[in-house]
Amino acid sequence: MALARRSSNLLKPLSTASSSSSFLNRRPFSTDDSTTITIETSVPFTGHNCEPPSRSVDTTPKELMNFFTDMALMRRMEIAADSLYKSKLIRGFCHLYDGQEAVSIGMEAAITKKDCIITAYRDHCIFLGRGGTLLESFSELMGRQAGCSRGKGGSMHFYKKDACFFGGHGIVGAQVPLGCGLAFAQKYRKEDHVTFAMYGDGAANQGQLFEALNMAALWDLPAILVCENNHYGMGTAEWRAAKSPSYYKRGDYVPGLKVDGMDAFAVKQACKFAKEHALKNGPIILEMDTYRYHGHSMSDPGSTYRTRDEISGVRQERDPIERIRKLILAHDLATEKELKDIEKLARKEVDEAIAKAKESPMPDDPELFTNVYRKGFGVESFGTDRKEVRATLP
Amino acid sequence: MASIFQGVGATTALSSSTSIDTKKFQLSSRRFFSVRRASFVVVRSGGDKRDSGSNRIGGRADQLVTNAVATKADTPAASTASKPGHELLLFEALREGLEEEMERDAHVCVIGEDVGHYGGSYKVTKGLADKYGDLRVLDTPIAENSFTGMGIGAAMCGLRPIIEGMNMGFLLLAFNQISNNCGMLHYTSGGQFKIPVVIRGPGGVGRQLGAEHSQRLESYFQSIPGIQMVACSTPYNAKGLMKAAIRSDNPVILFEHVLLYNLKERIPDEEYVLNLEEAEMVRPGEHVTILTYSRMRYHVMQAAKTLVNKGYDPEVIDIRSLKPFDLYTIGNSIKKTHRVLIVEECMRTGGIGASLTAAITENFHDYLDAPIVCLSSQDVPTPYAGTLEEWTVVQPPQIVAAVEQLCR
Repeated sequence: MALARRSSNLLKPLSTASSSSSFLNRRPFSTDDSTTITIETSVPFTGHNCEPPSRSVDTTPKELMNFFTDMALMRRMEIAADSLYKSKLIRGFCHLYDGQEAVSIGMEAAITKKDCIITAYRDHCIFLGRGGTLLESFSELMGRQAGCSRGKGGSMHFYKKDACFFGGHGIVGAQVPLGCGLAFAQKYRKEDHVTFAMYGDGAANQGQLFEALNMAALWDLPAILVCENNHYGMGTAEWRAAKSPSYYKRGDYVPGLKVDGMDAFAVKQACKFAKEHALKNGPIILEMDTYRYHGHSMSDPGSTYRTRDEISGVRQERDPIERIRKLILAHDLATEKELKDIEKLARKEVDEAIAKAKESPMPDDPELFTNVYRKGFGVESFGTDRKEVRATLP
Repeated sequence: MASIFQGVGATTALSSSTSIDTKKFQLSSRRFFSVRRASFVVVRSGGDKRDSGSNRIGGRADQLVTNAVATKADTPAASTASKPGHELLLFEALREGLEEEMERDAHVCVIGEDVGHYGGSYKVTKGLADKYGDLRVLDTPIAENSFTGMGIGAAMCGLRPIIEGMNMGFLLLAFNQISNNCGMLHYTSGGQFKIPVVIRGPGGVGRQLGAEHSQRLESYFQSIPGIQMVACSTPYNAKGLMKAAIRSDNPVILFEHVLLYNLKERIPDEEYVLNLEEAEMVRPGEHVTILTYSRMRYHVMQAAKTLVNKGYDPEVIDIRSLKPFDLYTIGNSIKKTHRVLIVEECMRTGGIGASLTAAITENFHDYLDAPIVCLSSQDVPTPYAGTLEEWTVVQPPQIVAAVEQLCR
């Protein structure tokens, strides 16, 4: 009857970066792409039915700086969304991703824009990672015309077709069969790309996930199922929802890999490994051990089911941006001040984007009826009674 | 391609309640939109003339199907076939339509249980797996929720899957995918993704199949925004609607009926596609408009024979398009006859008939001489016992009685 709160083992000690195998000149704000730095991930990978990849990840100074800049931007965006929500410019549900940025960044570093990503509702940063702009994000959150879904989707429905980002889904679990469908289409058309279907530890208990996994394994679809395990399914801790919290092992015959999701390089290595595996052998499950600082959504304070000490503890020990900052400083790629400047720049960019987004108008009234159906050739769209013309579709 | 035909249907409906000279408008707009190709014919079922008294529709008026569950229908070919076509059964017509579309577009694929090697539980996909391979005619495990989701995901990525539910009732398990992802994705993504899926399968009350295998899902799906629903009833419209549904860029749910698969009819040899949003004039008349779809069409035609003998002249319209309703055809008919009887196989509560009653009352109230009568199935789970099952659905004597009541 283990209903007592178990001690949190989320505060795993990090081993600081070591074994830098290259010789670096001290350069301000290095954008060097040619020097290789080798970084050790914080903890080794744990594999299930597969050989885990090595802990050493190659990177360049440019990539390190990009990681920092992009993650700072993402973090800033989510904090800004928090205050926008509190000032009632964003309504409804707003699920924030701060703390989990490393998953998005690491994944993008390992794949191309032709590989598909599909996720549930915690999609703002993944959209940004796929190439979405801040203006599109904030406009969509505020329901304006300049939004990525023209203001009609909202926080949970960000999509970017040209970057193969398929959203953005409100009902958790449903995106995983969709993701396997994307992988099916990739296999059907004999493309050399993979699909990352992301879900959380809460959705990991959905039946359709296992159905989809069975089919993906049956037909060797290039699908990679990524469980972003932030240990809480809304208010329910993982040990209260799942008999087996080893989500990477749940595939049984499907291999799995457990990854420290707060370490962008571990994520990068794992995604690279997974992509190679999926193209040859079919599906694989990646479990990203990560953490969210905010509550489940803006309506959840996030402190009724976990202690503030836990949250601040993780922030101190495992914060992804801090980790990159320490790496950059250790490798002398930039000074403290420069990093602070980058963060200030991020803040400025976000503020500008918000100001611009506020200027964007709300959708026009006829937009209520557009995009319900897809027709073409100058056809008019009627209401269900076909009596009056509601909109003329392009 | 299908959007041109849909465009034809939609534009002509513009004149439904306002303009008087509908025929002129209809013809001119059709000329604008029509596309003629050598071996390809745009068909508007029921022919051009909708005027009263015109009995030009291929002599169908005099050849009524006498058997309620028509296993052998000897109706002649539809309006445009000028040369004799070929005879086949309804499931073969579906297969023909499917095969022609798979031939035409390599992105069309079939996903469902036992569609491949087994050939389909109602033989609609027989032989296709041998011809097109296992990936294009995909046998899935029993996982409706996820293979429907898979089909929708594949559609988002550019394929055009046809998802078969072995029995429509099984698709209740996939309701989340159909409602949220299939119907709404085009809207919530601001038009970025299109979902050109066709979800099809047999439904309806069969021969003592039991409650769970005799469901009519059209009533559950009708409120989902963003989807279209059509119900086929003859081999001719089955093939045409199947092709139109596959070519449509919108998600279409095609309702077939378990008992209609063995209907035989002569259909044209040349390629044809029907309009998804159009109703079919089965028998023009003067006294009362009977609106029906799917299997009840045959019950209605059987009742019509009795009615004709008794001196009534019912106008029978197979509405075919369950969402959106073809209020243009229906409205013109009501303006002529002023009495409406709806005969459907859905349940009484919240069925297609209920929505249709509301739509007609809203739009054509002034033209009605009597309240709309709606005959639907009883609000009970379909019982196993044969006699009880017979009385859950509407039978021809009830239709006759209702018309007599209505026309008093």
